Amino acid sequence: MIVIDNLSFGYSNHKILSIPHLEVKESEHLLVLGSSGSGKTTLLHILGGLLAPKQGKVIIGETDLYKLSGSQRDKYRGQNIGLVFQKAHLITALSVQDNLLLTQYLAGMAQDKGRVKEVLEELGLGEKRKKSVRELSQGEQQRVTIARALLNRPRIILADEPTASLDDKNAQKVIELLKSQAEHYKASLLIATHDQRVKDQFELQLNLATA
Amino acid sequence: MNLIALSWNYIKAKPLNMLLNMLLMGLGIAIILVLILLSTQLEDNLSKNKKGVDLVVGAKGSPLQLILANVYHIDFPTGNIKLQEAKDLTRNRLIASAIPLALGDNYRGFRIVGTNHDYVQLYEASIAEGEIWRNNLDVVVGANVAEKLQSKIGDSFFGAHGLSVEDMDHDEMSYHIVGILEKNNSVIDNLILTNIESVWAVHEHEEEHEEEEHGLPQVGSAYETGFPEGDEDAEITSMLIKFRSPMGAVTLPRMINANTNMQAASPAFETQRLFSLLGIGVDLLKAFAAIIIIIAGLSIFISLYNALKDRKYDLAIMRSLGASKTKLFIHVILEGVIITVLGGALGFLLGHGLTEFLAGLYEKSDDIGLTGLVFVNQEFIVMLISVGIGILASIIPAINAYKTDISEVLAKE
Repeated sequence: MIVIDNLSFGYSNHKILSIPHLEVKESEHLLVLGSSGSGKTTLLHILGGLLAPKQGKVIIGETDLYKLSGSQRDKYRGQNIGLVFQKAHLITALSVQDNLLLTQYLAGMAQDKGRVKEVLEELGLGEKRKKSVRELSQGEQQRVTIARALLNRPRIILADEPTASLDDKNAQKVIELLKSQAEHYKASLLIATHDQRVKDQFELQLNLATA
Repeated sequence: MNLIALSWNYIKAKPLNMLLNMLLMGLGIAIILVLILLSTQLEDNLSKNKKGVDLVVGAKGSPLQLILANVYHIDFPTGNIKLQEAKDLTRNRLIASAIPLALGDNYRGFRIVGTNHDYVQLYEASIAEGEIWRNNLDVVVGANVAEKLQSKIGDSFFGAHGLSVEDMDHDEMSYHIVGILEKNNSVIDNLILTNIESVWAVHEHEEEHEEEEHGLPQVGSAYETGFPEGDEDAEITSMLIKFRSPMGAVTLPRMINANTNMQAASPAFETQRLFSLLGIGVDLLKAFAAIIIIIAGLSIFISLYNALKDRKYDLAIMRSLGASKTKLFIHVILEGVIITVLGGALGFLLGHGLTEFLAGLYEKSDDIGLTGLVFVNQEFIVMLISVGIGILASIIPAINAYKTDISEVLAKE
């Protein structure tokens, strides 16, 4: 599903991320480990089409991500890549449901309230649908972002430190949700983290400090 | 969900900000609209009432006063002129027609004008009820007069000396209403028309002595057109002149002002002069309103600029969800446009409401036909300009939104 070839990126001369080859198959889960500053976020942004690499190729499915034009890449990302960040980053001016409808709208997909309801219920947020984002707890907000990442049935899910600001209970819940939902949608899942609580739960690991 | 709903939700999230911006924009637009409405209606009205009058000849004094008193029936007359002198002047071959006017009395604030049927034709007025006057002391009243005073055909009344309500009544001779004019939206709606001889009769009666009258009604000597017969002391207030050729405009005023005891004034010239005097005030107020609108634009700019600093993450997230740069640009522009359109709508309501309120407050406004319930084309231009200002105010914030570096913003956690 995801193929990386000869990838390199450098913010400055001494901080270079370089991955000769990496492949993540459909329904496969990969944990990207490394201390902060090791390039985890950079790798995820490159995979998400948010940041162009200095050189190399990123192929998702059959699409060479950086051969697309800017707005084509935006659209591709909206429809195929689900992103989860450390902080929830929901649009606070909107309700939970509107946040998700906006997600469909911005990706250029049909706005489907039934689908929104379905995803929220899968994540145990059914009754929070009409609530303002501000009224939710942090754990709930993070679950909404997972709902947002899953909404358009993405082919890959990229999660950047999704558990860092959560307590043990919520962190565990989020990891389980990500895993089960990724399986449910047959999506490749990439989690970048330096959270020790997460480490043992994934077989496939990439350690950037040593790579 | 769409871009308009999205922008609207952001606006709603900061209601006080929106209210301030809307009020500022609305106030500026309202002031401009009031000025536009008042000045166009006034201008329309003034030009309609001076139609067909090339020159006004009356007693010496202020030319503007002469015009205001004899064409618009607002100011007091400058005095009287000798009937004979006026008649002599009309023999000039440059004059196509002349309508004599005799002012001086009123009935409950409505001016009694001694004239002839030419005056009615000048304003293309027609009789709604009854018939046009012929006899001395018979009058035809304008539509507003009839409405305000509830006049009916056959009513009699005493005129009062002078042109305002409080003056003394001429309580010996009464006028009889024989006709009521159709509403015409000109100055004639507010006048009471009769023969010049009626006006003379009422005054002579007072000054002199009981004569032979209380007899049969007398037919006026020139009720249809021309000048009435009078003795050598007979006077009129003014006459309204139409030129035979444009040459009249060149030579006649100079000739009259230099060689006679009368004064000639051109309504076109005097109203233009009046407007250029008023215009300074109107322009000043308009400039003031323009400044308010610009401040409103600035205020919209500042609130969008500040808000977008806090919304950097939102914008980056929207990009990560698939929004193109252009979509974010439009999203921000829309926010500015929505605020200005709402402000514009508020200004529109406020401006028209205020004009209507002012028109209701000022009793003379009915005479001039002022109202807040009309639409002037210029308003459309004002609205377009204000939306333009809204776009202008949001363009820099929108460019910033367009340039959002998603990766950089999202990485700064």
